[in-house]
Amino acid sequence: MPMAAEDIEAMIVAAIPDASVEITDLAGDGDHYAARVVSASFRGMPRVKQHQAVYAALGGRMGGVLHALQLTTVAPD
Amino acid sequence: MTDDTRARIDELVKANPVLLFMKGTPLFPQCGFSSRAIAILDHIGVDYETVDVLQDQGIRQGIKDYSDWPTIPQLYVNGEFVGGSDIMMEMYEAGELHALFGGTDQAAAG
Repeated sequence: MPMAAEDIEAMIVAAIPDASVEITDLAGDGDHYAARVVSASFRGMPRVKQHQAVYAALGGRMGGVLHALQLTTVAPD
Repeated sequence: MTDDTRARIDELVKANPVLLFMKGTPLFPQCGFSSRAIAILDHIGVDYETVDVLQDQGIRQGIKDYSDWPTIPQLYVNGEFVGGSDIMMEMYEAGELHALFGGTDQAAAG
């Protein structure tokens, strides 16, 4: 079953409290999303680690129930 | 992941300077993300090898544990995990991917 955009956002914010999360439903089917996550905690962190932090926040759903999430991570200026 | 699978992945990433684990083949990618990864590599014009994870269930699951990364495609350069297609695109746009390939063994040899 696909995940709702609000659930994705809530899980990310629960794990990365300062994160600002912007979710776009790419196909309008509740199954293909893009997420832009901005957090000061990403500063100085390699991109792979930033993405791993978001995947960890999603607790194993990525690649499973959440099959398509195009992810962009940003540290604020 | 079995020790055998880990050993096979180890061997693959060490034997191929630029290796993409993907769904399908460069000519017939079976997923939009794999297709995007191929498009980036082709656009840069680097030589690469691919592993079709759909042909090997051991590697399909094993590579996720090996890289601690939940999705396919996955790019390895000189034995190091670089990232998935989103990171490839970010690095491509920032010019970092070109710089990375400038440092591969094959570039040095050529």
